[in-house]
Amino acid sequence: MTQLALVIDLNVCVGCHACVTSCKEWNTSGAAGYMSDDRPYGEDPTGTFFNRVQTFECGEYPKTELVHFPKSCLHCEDPPCVPVCPTGASYKRPEDGIVLVDYDKCIGCKYCSWACPYGVREIDEHQKVMKKCTLCVDRIYDESLPEERRKPACVLACPTSARLFGDVHDSESAVSVAIRESGGYALMPEWGTKPANHYLPRRKTHMKIHEDELVRADNPLKKEAKLPKPKITEPSLDDVTSW
Amino acid sequence: MHPAFSVVLLTTLIGTAQGLFLALYTVQSYSVVALLPQQDGRFYAVGSAIALLMLIGGLVASFFHLGHPERAWRAAARWRTSWLSREVIVLPALMGAVFVYGLLHWVGWDLTIIGIDTGVPGDLTLLVGAGGTVFAFALFLCTGMIYACIKFLQEWATWLTVVNYTLFGGASGFMLATAYSAYASPELVNFYAGWTAIITAAVLVTRVASLIRNARIKPKSTIQTAIGVRHANVQQKSQGFLGGSFNTREFFHRAPRWVFRSVKWVFLVLVFPIPLLLLWAGVALHGVGLATGAATLVAAFAIQYLGLMAERWFFFAQANHPQNLYYQTVS
Repeated sequence: MTQLALVIDLNVCVGCHACVTSCKEWNTSGAAGYMSDDRPYGEDPTGTFFNRVQTFECGEYPKTELVHFPKSCLHCEDPPCVPVCPTGASYKRPEDGIVLVDYDKCIGCKYCSWACPYGVREIDEHQKVMKKCTLCVDRIYDESLPEERRKPACVLACPTSARLFGDVHDSESAVSVAIRESGGYALMPEWGTKPANHYLPRRKTHMKIHEDELVRADNPLKKEAKLPKPKITEPSLDDVTSW
Repeated sequence: MHPAFSVVLLTTLIGTAQGLFLALYTVQSYSVVALLPQQDGRFYAVGSAIALLMLIGGLVASFFHLGHPERAWRAAARWRTSWLSREVIVLPALMGAVFVYGLLHWVGWDLTIIGIDTGVPGDLTLLVGAGGTVFAFALFLCTGMIYACIKFLQEWATWLTVVNYTLFGGASGFMLATAYSAYASPELVNFYAGWTAIITAAVLVTRVASLIRNARIKPKSTIQTAIGVRHANVQQKSQGFLGGSFNTREFFHRAPRWVFRSVKWVFLVLVFPIPLLLLWAGVALHGVGLATGAATLVAAFAIQYLGLMAERWFFFAQANHPQNLYYQTVS
């Protein structure tokens, strides 16, 4: 079984919002209709988005670290938003695991958004239907695009390649390898939703220097001077030992 | 959660209507075994009409919560998994049962179906009423489970939610029945008032139990599990946008803290002591033959209904959705 998903590397994300704008650009121009905005240049602007980049600060000044955190639908393997839908408009595709909303069946009761602990469903205030990330389902299968472009808009837009896209059920795929080898984790595991999207944590490269690496171990007399240089005719240490 | 007025109105109206219908059927059941005097068909028919009007009012109110009310018929599709879908099926079923029940009483058309040998001719209305009773309780279950089944809304995810919906509906329905009987059939006032007091006392216990439970809830989700960073001190610095969004409107009640806190005491006073006092006063005045007794009972119902709306507002506002962890700071 296929489960398409995003893997987002928080170690790499710089919080530039390119994924937010490219998502909005692609999906507002798509076959499913626009994603409405109200007062975009006025006071109190509001609008429908599938993807947001949020910023969190860990620690206390001066020992702080900013974590930029992109958040979109996690395409849970056990999505709590799907069974609560009274019309069946909210569904999970069996063939690739994408959670989608049928905009022609949705009655706009908002119950699915209540049933999502991650807050990734937003009602479109003008079309009055629930909207959410589709993993750009209208372009990842588009055979008129070159194969390397058949990816979600946010993945293509990311300047630091913090977003990976692929099948998390295929254990050899790049996303599975990244989850397995770079400590990929799911959000709010306490609710058993089994999100398909994973996040890669901040990772630090530390170098541990031991005491004996600072002094020369092969200097029994502790004389920190140049070793006598053998004459060119004499055998050097390299010629007689294999250390 | 942001309390939607349409949902507050829907749940209080249909709850009262269900309770009123149960009150009517209770009297009919008692009268069959001669524990209460027989009522004429008009008593049940007018009572059912009031219940039906409130059910219709609730249904109309629910449409205001929908983005596409014209597609509401689709909501019956997923009854296998969705409590909302089940409610959408049971509500019209109850409306049908109440309508038929009232109509049969109105036209006095009663057949003997099973042949229960009672002082009352025929048992058709008893059977229809039994069906309506099943639907009424099923509707309480569906309405309560819509909220109780969302496990991460920890304030709602308890069996007390279903019990409270049932008992609040029963209390206000029996209260309305008391006021109604003061005009339609004065001999039932004491019977209804007694049950109103009992149900109101019961729901006082269960609602206070749920308030205590909710005050002690430890949220399972924290900012650490929300973003998966294991650090004791994590603060949001930006939610990603300056304006509002659906997430900031739908899941926050946005009332000042003092309003939120006072609504709890407002509903506790308006639902329990004041209506019970007025109920006692109304029954006493009614007992000595004063016309103000009936008016007092109507006032008791009206005040309790207002209190129930406050209760429902608080029920929604108190629920703290884990998605709010992602929307703590604008920028």
